[in-house]
Amino acid sequence: MALKPVTFSADPGDQSWYEASARARLAGLLDAESFQEFIGPEQRMMSPHLPLFDLPRAFDDGMIVGRGRLDGQAVLAAAQEGRFMGGAFGEIHGAKLVGLLRAALAEAPAALLILFDTGGVRLQEANAGETAIAEVMRAIAQVRAAGIPVIGLIGGRAGCYGGGGLIAGTCSRLVVSESGRISVSGPEVIETNKGAEEFDSRDRALVWRTMGGKHRRLLGGADAFVGDTIGAFRDAALTQIAKAPAFDLATLEAEQARLEARLARFGDCHDATEVWGRLGVNDPDAVPGMTTEAFDALLARLPEAPHDAR
Amino acid sequence: MEKLNFRHSTTQALPGTRRQAIVGVVASGNLEVLLERSLPPDEFTVEIDTAIDGFGDVWEAVVADFVDRRQPGGLRITINDGGARPDTVALRLAQGARLMEAM
Repeated sequence: MALKPVTFSADPGDQSWYEASARARLAGLLDAESFQEFIGPEQRMMSPHLPLFDLPRAFDDGMIVGRGRLDGQAVLAAAQEGRFMGGAFGEIHGAKLVGLLRAALAEAPAALLILFDTGGVRLQEANAGETAIAEVMRAIAQVRAAGIPVIGLIGGRAGCYGGGGLIAGTCSRLVVSESGRISVSGPEVIETNKGAEEFDSRDRALVWRTMGGKHRRLLGGADAFVGDTIGAFRDAALTQIAKAPAFDLATLEAEQARLEARLARFGDCHDATEVWGRLGVNDPDAVPGMTTEAFDALLARLPEAPHDAR
Repeated sequence: MEKLNFRHSTTQALPGTRRQAIVGVVASGNLEVLLERSLPPDEFTVEIDTAIDGFGDVWEAVVADFVDRRQPGGLRITINDGGARPDTVALRLAQGARLMEAM
């Protein structure tokens, strides 16, 4: 990850997405002072399960939902707090997102934004969490079918793993930064099940080139790659709302065809650098060190730009 | 988990008009502080839910110090604590009070 000097700017748009809390991300992403929270912390809608495990709760259960404006357009937004229990989905956490998606059908906003930062389902309330994942995916399908784009923004500490990775796969468009990671099984899970020869979770370079933002963008798994600032995520979200594909049979068939072609072409690769080589990247080993600008230039130069279907 | 409650009388109300603020996150070594302006102007209460048992005396001292410095009359503070050190608690309380002082 490229190290950048600390910004001295007070502009929320210049702040690091990775370092910001979920509330700071929402405040900087949306138009100033436009965010109105639903079921705010003062309602103390907290997990009913965590006290059984003698664990501390959070007033918002790590999920902040509400409405706001993005460059004047009415949007609904949900943000996960990755530092509270790894942003994991529990009963209340999941129900708030499902409720927001259902509200979108009534409010018909210009888009619904999901600021992912999650390790997946919260183990202490796993049944409720797994159910929430399924309900969220179904609700996203309904929202997209109603013509409302669902945009996922991924660049947090916890990445987007487990059920969060599944939900991300159902979004209209995904924006990811270098530090964002998208996958289902996390590095430690793979290592535990298959051994360190299969996947060494302590090899951070391996983790990032297998699950990180650049690889996801090159594979077409994410639709935009951005630098780690709230302003960059805001600009990309606006661009992607305008580009969101229709949710119809043609889109789904194109996505199926894209995934089949991807498997046929790269299924036997043993490392992400092999995939990048086959995509036509001349020096795959240089990709992880590239700046956002150099990476954008590389994407534009590729013989076949990563094609997005969804 | 341990629950603690403290109540203080203050000589002044906390200035400002903001009704509510939240600072911090429940994480290891961190805490969240919810501040609500919902009490009479000479009363102040704190309810604490902490993951670490047995530090009631330290909490009492940190809260008393906050009351001495800020005179946070009218505030009801509720804390979810993930095991923050006393200095972190003091900083979060000060950060929250400053947000509430906004006009």
